[in-house]
Amino acid sequence: MSEQPEPIKKVSLIVSKGSLVDVYPALVMGNGARMEGMEASIFFTFFGLGALIKKTQNSLKVATVGNPAMNMAMPMLKMPITMPFPTLLGAIPGVSNFATWMMKNEMENLDIPTIPEFLEMFTDAGGEVFACKLAMDMFKLTKDDLCDQVSSVLTVGEFYERSAGASIIFT
Amino acid sequence: MTTKELAGISVEVDAEGFLTDHKIWNLDLAAAIAKEEGIDPLTDRHVEVLNFMRKEFEENGTAPSIRKMNKLNIVPTKELYALFPGGPAKKAAKIAGLGKPQGCI
Repeated sequence: MSEQPEPIKKVSLIVSKGSLVDVYPALVMGNGARMEGMEASIFFTFFGLGALIKKTQNSLKVATVGNPAMNMAMPMLKMPITMPFPTLLGAIPGVSNFATWMMKNEMENLDIPTIPEFLEMFTDAGGEVFACKLAMDMFKLTKDDLCDQVSSVLTVGEFYERSAGASIIFT
Repeated sequence: MTTKELAGISVEVDAEGFLTDHKIWNLDLAAAIAKEEGIDPLTDRHVEVLNFMRKEFEENGTAPSIRKMNKLNIVPTKELYALFPGGPAKKAAKIAGLGKPQGCI
């Protein structure tokens, strides 16, 4: 008989991209980890920082260009999932906004919070939110630019220190 | 499905210890399950949350999400985690005699 694998006790998630669909999975996984009683933290770096910047966190968009998996069912157009969504169509001004609007409606119907509310829910649940120092320096940002849920700005070394014993997941 | 002894009566539970029939639930059973989950004693505040969850379950067929309980001012998320440490949605549903929550959020 094989031994039962050790349950996961701690997860550290990394978000490096800033479209709506890049940020949500980490929030769902991180919050889900807390719901299961695991320790959880999310480290936002590069464009992922957009989810933490007060001025941008409400306006993250669905990327409608360069995603070959995108199809006509996906922007909730209720068309067949086998019909591709041409990337050139996605480049037309307003299409990304429209897809974002459709997706946000769908999320609200499914009881999925907005990004700022999700960050609040995650930290209320005991999860920790970190911002990457290098990316902050690169984008000329200070902690004041970030939402209140960010507990610290960390260097890579500090991130690894805080992640001791954790499963690290790059989303 | 197995049968086990809880609060002096024999009840049917699934593989993870959730009651299979939420109708047999009462406060004694709740206290007994809570104790197994490391929550002792079960306070009035716990019971308020459990009652709301059961009411929602009766009305909608599913236990309410953590977000819903926060939004309706039933219990703030922070307090819920403090009341049911180590997995509030699952633990609270278990103590409330409901099935394992199916939602991801």
